[in-house]
Amino acid sequence: MDFLIFKAPMLMVQASLDGILLGILFALIAYGMALQWGVMNIINIAQGDLVILGGYIAYTIYLWGIHPAWGVIISPIIMFFVGWALYKLVINKVVDRDLFISILATFGIAIVFQQLMNFIFGADVVVAQSEYGTTMLFDNSVTLPNSKIFSAFISVLYAVALVIYMKKSRLGRAIRATAQNARAAKILGVDTEKVYAATFGINAALCGIAGALISITLTLHPYVGLPYTVRSFMIVIVAGLGNLPAVAVSGMGLGLFEEFADYILGTEFRIGAVFLLLVLILVYRRFKLSRKREYLK
Amino acid sequence: MAKVKQKDLILYSSLIILGLAAPYLFSAFKVQLTYLCVLIVLAMTWNLQGGEMGYNTFGNILFYGLGMYLTASVQVGMFFPLAEWTESGGEKTFVHTTAQYFQGIGVGLLVSAIVPAVIAGAIGYAILGLRGHYFAICTLGLGIAAGEIAGGIEIIGAGQGFTTPPFPAEIVDTEARGKFFYFLSFALLVGTFIFVKYIYGSRFRLILNAIRDNEDKAEAMGIQTMKYKIVGWMCSAFFCGLAGGIMGGLIGYIDSTDVAFDGREMGVFMVLMAILGGKGTLWGPVIGATLFHFFKEGLWTLILGWQYVALGVLIVVIVVYFPEGLMGWLREKYPERFGEVVDEKDRKAQVELK
Repeated sequence: MDFLIFKAPMLMVQASLDGILLGILFALIAYGMALQWGVMNIINIAQGDLVILGGYIAYTIYLWGIHPAWGVIISPIIMFFVGWALYKLVINKVVDRDLFISILATFGIAIVFQQLMNFIFGADVVVAQSEYGTTMLFDNSVTLPNSKIFSAFISVLYAVALVIYMKKSRLGRAIRATAQNARAAKILGVDTEKVYAATFGINAALCGIAGALISITLTLHPYVGLPYTVRSFMIVIVAGLGNLPAVAVSGMGLGLFEEFADYILGTEFRIGAVFLLLVLILVYRRFKLSRKREYLK
Repeated sequence: MAKVKQKDLILYSSLIILGLAAPYLFSAFKVQLTYLCVLIVLAMTWNLQGGEMGYNTFGNILFYGLGMYLTASVQVGMFFPLAEWTESGGEKTFVHTTAQYFQGIGVGLLVSAIVPAVIAGAIGYAILGLRGHYFAICTLGLGIAAGEIAGGIEIIGAGQGFTTPPFPAEIVDTEARGKFFYFLSFALLVGTFIFVKYIYGSRFRLILNAIRDNEDKAEAMGIQTMKYKIVGWMCSAFFCGLAGGIMGGLIGYIDSTDVAFDGREMGVFMVLMAILGGKGTLWGPVIGATLFHFFKEGLWTLILGWQYVALGVLIVVIVVYFPEGLMGWLREKYPERFGEVVDEKDRKAQVELK
């Protein structure tokens, strides 16, 4: 095997660290997807575009001269209302319909978002400079941008905060009740319509945080939303709905896979590898379940 | 009965005459008409999947793009080294003679029909075991993965794209290229329509409908659902590949993600057209594709720059408010014309229920 990565073991350490830090970020997006999938039974293709929109909000405040790290507070607040509005406009009409309708409708939303972002922010690849510097490890052979460490830290912080919020608060309990049985929750006086709107808003806010972090660690472009959707979808189907540790682990696993695929196959096949992995995971699960005469539902 | 048959005959023959005369009547719009034919073919084949079988796929774009690359590759590869052609401006060094061009495109189209069908059969067993939205997402991933991977393969032009052989310069008639591709696509359209119409009258369609309505029960009734699903998908792949091959020749330039595996445009268009016209009907996709094409061509130039916003909004509106499509709406309104017997009491009861 003539791959660079096998010749230089330090590259492996580099790829692993990069992958794990990136994976935590993916897990945050996947958490949002699992939340709204579990509660509303909707697959949101526009998830990745919400992430990119959140990133552009952070980028905008960076252009205004504010440090982009503040984006992790400002962006989710704005995105919560974007999510809420989106729910009131479109999503509430597809909640209890066929899943394919929600896929197509959110696909339409994704196209609108992409194009609007293209108009407003331009089609260039942009990045917000956090100027956090880099950490050198192992005799300067592994470089780790501090912004990546920062982003992983913030992701964990928000995820933990959200878990506590879902457990303790009134709205959190209402959301969990609706997820278990929407009809029963409704009978017991939960305003499910409001719960759905809040869930979608929280999902969008999580996307906003992730986007703000992406704006300082990776790059932003109006059309790169779909890979984030697919990544989070993949993490959710591997981990299952409502299994948070598994979401974190499979997020990191995906990050590792991507970094190694990047080194071994080459950067031009990176996105292709992600999508191919999705197909392979689905096919694997299909064969695994069909042995028990079941199928993915 | 005989009277209806005669009516059909008049309808079909007038449509065919219109189709044959169209490039002479609207001589400036030949390319648009070719597009229309291809769009109708794509919508009809998608309808076999999404409408009749209930397997909503985003993956037919895979066969379309594959057909495009295969036709062009065969057309070049039969006479010239493919790698040198795609490297840089190969179309200037190597020139197809008239005979070579037509031989090439003929063999290329043959390959582009058979290979996608074979591939559909090969991956069908794995992919078609998925159900509902998992199938939709999986095929979406498949289409995009194919585009990304094709964009990294050197021999078919990688990211720079692949210039298909130009139409032979020896033919002096400037109209010839447009006419050639129009009649090719029109022939494909007629062939597809006859095939789909044949399927609509056959037991095969009933089986597909049974799979759509309740796959478990269909299986329990002794239908080997997997076999029929794969055959259905192969039929779609066959025509999608041909459509892609014709489109590749018409456009003259193949880009991996923007032309061939264009999930953002063609891949969504075919779903949208079928839904707009009405899923699960013979004429729905035809009408849907025609309406969509007129809408698109009419509005695209007016709202330049905003077309994707309009497209996205259109998708949302159609899907949310109009999921049964035009034919579904007509069926609701005039059930008698669709051969449904309506009990007046029943209808009243339903109205009261609403």
